[in-house]
Amino acid sequence: MSDVVKTQTTTFSPRSFRWQRRRAATVDFWSRFRGDRLALFGLAVLLTFIVMAIGAPWISPKEGLSAVDSIDNPTWATPRFDYPFGTDNLGRSVAAQFVWGSRVSLWVGLSATVLTIAIGSAVGVTAGFFGRWTDATLMRLTDWFLVIPFLPLAIVLASVLDRSLRNVVLVIAITSWPGTARLVRAQVLTVKQRLFVDRARALGASRFHVIRRHILPNVAPLILANVTLAVPISILTETTLAFLGLGDPKRPSWGKTLEEAFNAGAISRNAWWYYLPAGAGIVIVVLAFTLVGRAVEEILDPRLREGGL
Amino acid sequence: MGDGLLEMRDVSVTFSSRRGTVRAVDGVSLDVRAGEVLALVGESGCGKTTLIRAILGLEPLTDGSILVEGKPVNQRQRTLRDLRRRVQMVFQDPTGALNPRHSIYDAVAEGIRIHGVAGNEPDLVAGALSRAGLRPPENYMPRFPHEVSGGQRQRVLIAGAIALEPQLLLADEPVASLDASIRGEILALLRDLVDQHGLGIIAVTHDLGLAWNIADRIAVMYLGRIVEVGEAEEVLANPQHPYTKALLSVVPEMERLEQQILTGETPDPSRIPAGCRFHPRCPLVASGEAERLGVLGKCTGVDVELVQRGAGHWSACHAVP
Ligand SMILES: Nc1ncnc2c1ncn2[C@@H]1O[C@H](COP(=O)(O)OP(=O)(O)OP(=O)(O)O)[C@@H](O)[C@H]1O
Ligand SMILES: [Mg+2]
Repeated sequence: MSDVVKTQTTTFSPRSFRWQRRRAATVDFWSRFRGDRLALFGLAVLLTFIVMAIGAPWISPKEGLSAVDSIDNPTWATPRFDYPFGTDNLGRSVAAQFVWGSRVSLWVGLSATVLTIAIGSAVGVTAGFFGRWTDATLMRLTDWFLVIPFLPLAIVLASVLDRSLRNVVLVIAITSWPGTARLVRAQVLTVKQRLFVDRARALGASRFHVIRRHILPNVAPLILANVTLAVPISILTETTLAFLGLGDPKRPSWGKTLEEAFNAGAISRNAWWYYLPAGAGIVIVVLAFTLVGRAVEEILDPRLREGGL
Repeated sequence: MGDGLLEMRDVSVTFSSRRGTVRAVDGVSLDVRAGEVLALVGESGCGKTTLIRAILGLEPLTDGSILVEGKPVNQRQRTLRDLRRRVQMVFQDPTGALNPRHSIYDAVAEGIRIHGVAGNEPDLVAGALSRAGLRPPENYMPRFPHEVSGGQRQRVLIAGAIALEPQLLLADEPVASLDASIRGEILALLRDLVDQHGLGIIAVTHDLGLAWNIADRIAVMYLGRIVEVGEAEEVLANPQHPYTKALLSVVPEMERLEQQILTGETPDPSRIPAGCRFHPRCPLVASGEAERLGVLGKCTGVDVELVQRGAGHWSACHAVP
């Protein structure tokens, strides 16, 4: 019984083949993405904002954000050379708040999304794959979180936990994972029915192997497409929380700028330079993410791709 | 029957569906010895696939027991993993059974990795592919299932199964989508596995002509039951059950039999007839032969068991003396 498979040697190298394939897939992805002009535009805008966020300390010194350090500055100054976006009621540079705010908004948006997707995918895969009471329990939990009205929960959580950026991320993730969980579960349920899963089991695969080699690769595109579309939602949520005064009081986010502008009476004073940059920043970043996300979804989501999966 | 490689006793598999309880396999007892090919023959929907899936633990048994080398098949992860090294299956639908995201190399290597088969992985894969008739293997390894033909996909499945050097191979229509020359090669491969390496094979087919080509024994299945089983020559030369006769009569190689086309509605495993499950379509009942023999009442009212008719030849029919 030792040589059912006759001895044979081959020059085929699975490792270099895998690399080749990965490279080919990346090239293929990029060439499809490049075909979408709006998405390219969105990507350029995003990169600009990301460079600004990372380079904030060099673009605009942090002292500009401090009311104490701005005590000698003119208040309610309209935009001019040394204050490109003018100053606020305390004499702080609005431009500095804009630059530093992009940092918080992008960071919270991205990390809350990662956390949301991680929780949602874990719950969705577990529920969909194991079925039975695991599924019943997890879906009950998911429905629960889904029907809890978002704002009251966020307010309660934000007041129970102390108001830090980490907790803002946590609040966003806790309230938005159920959507991802349901989406992923539905996809897992269809993949699980496929005959190749039976074949893997017939080959002796453990459940872990089946999930890792068959289920996850087939739901990953959906998850990835979901990521790019979830970021703008997280950013908007952060803005909402900050505007309601539930954000981190020590960090300037665009939402917080809007809140302060509102409280300082910028609107009745017609001090548009105070609230406009933050508002525009949010809209532009959200739009850019949506443009990119839509294109990524179109390329990756098997349900949108004819003949896919 | 005795100390076989595979022993099945009163195996039943039922599904619950919207139509009610589907008794796909309904009391099958069957043995397979090492070094023999058993052909499992029957028309579409009679439960062949369900039966061999049950052997691998892919369908939980509703009743009965299955022993592989004396060890019972159950749903424990440990047992299953060990079982699935010794028993391998070639799926009927090769397109569905291959993950579209895995290369042919990965599809064949999967079992090798799972069980940590000793040896150089690329060489093992290459060996299995070329034995399954995909030569030179380097041409196939980097391709994806959608880049090869249906027949080639089927051979990828065969390669993946034999790469594990199983003791029992369950081949579900292994040559259904292959042309004549490849078919011959695959049949020769199966024969060689049995003769040289002592495997036991169950070859599922709805083609008695094929069974005639490779089988040592033939089991005929009808609506979830085995209705006739015996040595291949014996069953083909001297069929006992009217269903077997009807199947044989339409095989081109068997010209001497008068053609019999079975009438009546196709059987439905969610509504199994009382008495002999074949009686609504049985030519003996239809022609009045059963009544003349005085067994019509039994045919329509009494379930029928396999009865020995000769050396190792069993059939289940009230009208056979
Ligand atoms: N998962 C399931 N749920 C409900 N019914 C099923 C299921 N799987 C199979 N069946 C039914 O059980 C019966 C036997 O199916 P099976 O696939 O074993 O037939 P088969 O003999 O392999 O047929 P074929 O030659 O067409 O492959 C069929 O009537 C089928 O509809
Ligand atoms: Mg079948």
